[in-house]
Amino acid sequence: MTTITFIHPDNRSESVDAGDGASVMLAALTHGVDGIVAECGGNAVCATCHVYVDEAWTGKLPPVSDDEDALLDGTAAERRPNSRLSCQIPVQPVLAGLVIRIPDRQS
Amino acid sequence: MNPTDLSASAAGAPVIPHLAIDPFAISFFDDPYPAHQEMREAAPVVYLDKWNVYGVARYAEAYAVLNDPQTFCSSRGVGLSDFAKEKPWRPPSLILEADPPAHTRTRAVLSKVLSPAVMKRLRDGFMAAAEAKVDELMARGSFDAIPEFAEAYPLSVFPDALGLKPEGREHLIPYASLVFNAFGPPNELRQQAIERSAPHQAYVTAQCQRDNLNPGGFGACIHAFSDSGEITPAEAPLLVRSLLSAGLDTTVYGIGAAVYCLARFPDQWERLRADPSLARNAFEEAVRFESPVQTFFRTTTRDVELGGITIPEGEKVLMFLGAANRDPRRWEQPDTYDITRKVSGHVGFGSGIHMCVGQLVARLEGEAVLTALACKVGSVTMSGAPKRRYNNTLRGLESLPVTFTPA
Repeated sequence: MTTITFIHPDNRSESVDAGDGASVMLAALTHGVDGIVAECGGNAVCATCHVYVDEAWTGKLPPVSDDEDALLDGTAAERRPNSRLSCQIPVQPVLAGLVIRIPDRQS
Repeated sequence: MNPTDLSASAAGAPVIPHLAIDPFAISFFDDPYPAHQEMREAAPVVYLDKWNVYGVARYAEAYAVLNDPQTFCSSRGVGLSDFAKEKPWRPPSLILEADPPAHTRTRAVLSKVLSPAVMKRLRDGFMAAAEAKVDELMARGSFDAIPEFAEAYPLSVFPDALGLKPEGREHLIPYASLVFNAFGPPNELRQQAIERSAPHQAYVTAQCQRDNLNPGGFGACIHAFSDSGEITPAEAPLLVRSLLSAGLDTTVYGIGAAVYCLARFPDQWERLRADPSLARNAFEEAVRFESPVQTFFRTTTRDVELGGITIPEGEKVLMFLGAANRDPRRWEQPDTYDITRKVSGHVGFGSGIHMCVGQLVARLEGEAVLTALACKVGSVTMSGAPKRRYNNTLRGLESLPVTFTPA
């Protein structure tokens, strides 16, 4: 289990204990964290699981693939340097304490 | 259950139930839900004697098949016909009826043509067209929501987005209907569709050529990828054909499903009116609830164990997407249309590498029409009995008489 903290646009925060191996997107959906829609269910098609990763953690994540990069150009909320698709971030012990900010909209 | 099954059971090996259900019969289309339940409850994998195919109706197994394309391949056809044994009725699709690595390349091109960034550019036009259509229908009051809305709206936006000429568009829906009937078994629906296919095929083949596609549309974008070498000039027309096959009729059925749901469930309609931002999820939930694309086949590339049953190599496996989308093992109150449901993970658009590449266009259209309805219309009521349209793959209506009253 790896603890992840989600911070909503209104600064409300929720911490969940996520199972290793699943994606951050799935951890949010499994634990009822709102604001990550994931219309395509994790198939890297839709860009509705967009998140902002706290700067302290960006370097510990797997790199952005070309596919993810193209999808991030289509996010509903502004794309920033720390934008990621949460379906492309596997939960792993090295990410213990990961802080994720949820954008104000996904579509 | 036959005596062989009983002896296998006595020996401790799992038994596959043989069922007499014909999932391509008119009586099945009229009410598939009891048969869906029978298949789901019988076992994780069942055998359908009518067509000699394996079937998966539970969510977990349907999801597993969709997400193991190496074992459950598409290149031998995603209908009943096995391309390794029978000549396909048309040249196979380069994306739907292909496996990696060939599929990976063509999929990448269509993903770029239909990306979230492209949808952002289309959004305002699609929304405005939906508002105009709803205004026009409000003025009429009572009308048939299938031809006048579910068909008319996609026809007003999609062929233009694709870059088609105005002439001949009446072939689009019959062609798509043919494609989806052809995935089925050699029953009357399939045979009749293929017998009448020549003019529709001729139209589609011609429109896929580069000269017939307006600049700036999806079709021209696909051809442009042959200039940069991602695909060959010979492949481009067949990829355009994929959009003509799968891009229009599916959204007609999806929008029809959403209107049918909202007309049947007034409490959900009131929730949508109260909060039009639910429009996109209300459409998505209609795709789960009605599952406009009911089934697809795969073919096994090796002996494989699934749900305790061994399926030999070279067998057709029929995935019941509509049954998986109502599997109580996966969904709470699966038979309830709930526009606030967390619907992520449904398989109405498939899953895995073949998941609908046009799903963003479908959602944009669905969101546009339901937003316009929620903002402008006071009530949606059925003013006559709905009539079903029969297709081997698609589930939807032929006719849905409704009345819109002003907000």
